[in-house]
Amino acid sequence: MTKHEHIVSYKTIITVWLLLLVLTGVTVGASRIDLGALNIWVALGIAATKSSLVISIFMHMKYESPVFKLFLLIALSVLAIFVGLTLIDVLYR
Amino acid sequence: MANATTHTPANRGFLEKSGRYGGIFSWIFSTDHKRIGLLYFWCIVAFFLIGSLLGALIRLELFAPGRTIMGAQTYNAAFTLHGVIMIFLFIIPSVPAAFGNMILPLQLGARDVSFPRLNLFSWWLYVIGAAMAVTALFTGGGPPDTGWTFYVPYSVGTTANVSLAAIAVFILGFSSILTGLNFITTIHRLRTKGLGWGRLPLFVWTLYATAWIQLLATPILGITVVLLFVERVLGTGLFDPSLGGDPIMFQHLFWIYSHPAVYIMVLPAMGVISEIIPVFARKPAFGYKAMVISSLAIAFAGSLVWAHHMYTSGMSDTAVMIFSLLTFLVAIPSAIKVFNWLATMYKGSILLDPPMLYALSFILLFSIGGLTGLVLGSAATDVSVHDTHFVVGHFHYTMFGGTGMAFFGAMHYWLPKIYGRMYNKKIATIAWVTIFVGINVVYMSMMVVGVQGMPRRYYDYLPEFTALNRVSTCGAWVLVTGLLMMFVNIFYGTFRGKSVGSNPWGGATLEWTVSSPPPPENFEEEPVVTHGPYDFKKAGVV
Repeated sequence: MTKHEHIVSYKTIITVWLLLLVLTGVTVGASRIDLGALNIWVALGIAATKSSLVISIFMHMKYESPVFKLFLLIALSVLAIFVGLTLIDVLYR
Repeated sequence: MANATTHTPANRGFLEKSGRYGGIFSWIFSTDHKRIGLLYFWCIVAFFLIGSLLGALIRLELFAPGRTIMGAQTYNAAFTLHGVIMIFLFIIPSVPAAFGNMILPLQLGARDVSFPRLNLFSWWLYVIGAAMAVTALFTGGGPPDTGWTFYVPYSVGTTANVSLAAIAVFILGFSSILTGLNFITTIHRLRTKGLGWGRLPLFVWTLYATAWIQLLATPILGITVVLLFVERVLGTGLFDPSLGGDPIMFQHLFWIYSHPAVYIMVLPAMGVISEIIPVFARKPAFGYKAMVISSLAIAFAGSLVWAHHMYTSGMSDTAVMIFSLLTFLVAIPSAIKVFNWLATMYKGSILLDPPMLYALSFILLFSIGGLTGLVLGSAATDVSVHDTHFVVGHFHYTMFGGTGMAFFGAMHYWLPKIYGRMYNKKIATIAWVTIFVGINVVYMSMMVVGVQGMPRRYYDYLPEFTALNRVSTCGAWVLVTGLLMMFVNIFYGTFRGKSVGSNPWGGATLEWTVSSPPPPENFEEEPVVTHGPYDFKKAGVV
């Protein structure tokens, strides 16, 4: 196990927090506009951006070794494929 | 790699280990992977016997049209319970949790898995989940009657005790996830010196591919049963169209896990076969790299085909076409495995010992299951046979003829290593013949009667289906006889059989270099691997 302590500055933490708040506002705003088939993509796009910020900064994935990043990427890619293939049904029904 | 000495009955390796606890507590609180593997093994065997009994009762009910031995509601509960027990408590943990735990660290030259306590916790989760599933039978509104798939809207509306069964499945899922996590970490971090990725036994590779599916797909099952629970308790309308929900979404969520789960069941089984065949053909495995790639390809492609269970559900035609295409793609890596097993045996010095007999029957029965799967994977033919007994016959060929036979093969192959005692090979062979005949009679009749139009899960049937149902039920009696013979022989052999040396089959992988039963810490000193897993000459066992 690699021993490293990475201290994230208050400035970064607060910036990310504010960004998350803004994105939450965007989520609420976007839910009030009907974009048809784009609704799902906008919602998922915002959610993915928010979770990326949390995982990379708050959960320190940004500072981890490449193998962990690769594993996370595999997991997220599989999830994206699951969602995408499900949409093939939902969007073309 | 020299053979170690045989333990005398007075010195029984890890079976004699005296730790902090004695008696039963030395087992249920043990963090030794071999003991945990055996705990899983005996629990799984017990549940298999209960599931088999239920299966035999279902077949007896179908011996004749109308009521034979049970009422319609009992019949619904019986097939639900048979499915839940066989899927969640037997097949999914069968090879990976039982034999994966026993053998993986030994094959890697490790002292244990990466997280031994987490491993014990996984077993406890399995037991707790199993206990809750059993409790669901006798509490609430009666035993669940939804079938093992818990399809909405019926599962939301039924008064049967579906909620507790759903929580049980949730807990069992976590057991599976944690085992997968443990195995991935162990394979990455605890390989001994000289054991590069290109020298890993194929069983390890299949456990690795399986562990990824367990890790990535099982959480979706957890989410699905939680949503079902929420729907039942709070009536949120997630799957109710009148409240803006989508019942087909439940089927998607359920099968996103449950189809990859088919590969959780069958990939480690393929790994067992890949271990047995080179040893009993006395030849290195043909196409090692292709076997490795096909394991990973099955895990990946197998995760993308779930909606082939849903062609008649009302999902979009585009989805039907795409999922049908993806389904056919999985046949390619599966066929690579079958051809490579056959090529391994070609011109080999084949020994027909019991493990090999099970491996050979796996290839035939799994191929029948796989090829009939293509009938179901093709949307046009699936519409005709969907929800008929053809489907029941098909998946029993893959699951019982496939994974079941591999589990029995693994039992006959590795239990002499674990217990240091050999069963009676003659009885084992007779039991194998009986089981093989039984399986074919039961499930081939089911497939034929299914093509003729008999629906699955129906309590009653038309008189013209009587003859084949009777044949199938008679086959079940043959099958049960064979199973009893096999288990009594294994049980007797395990505790009373003749002592065996460290390498009774002449294997070249690391587990055969330690004594039988293995020592508590597996290896006296860290082994160094100098040859491939099936290089019998360099291992000095030819």
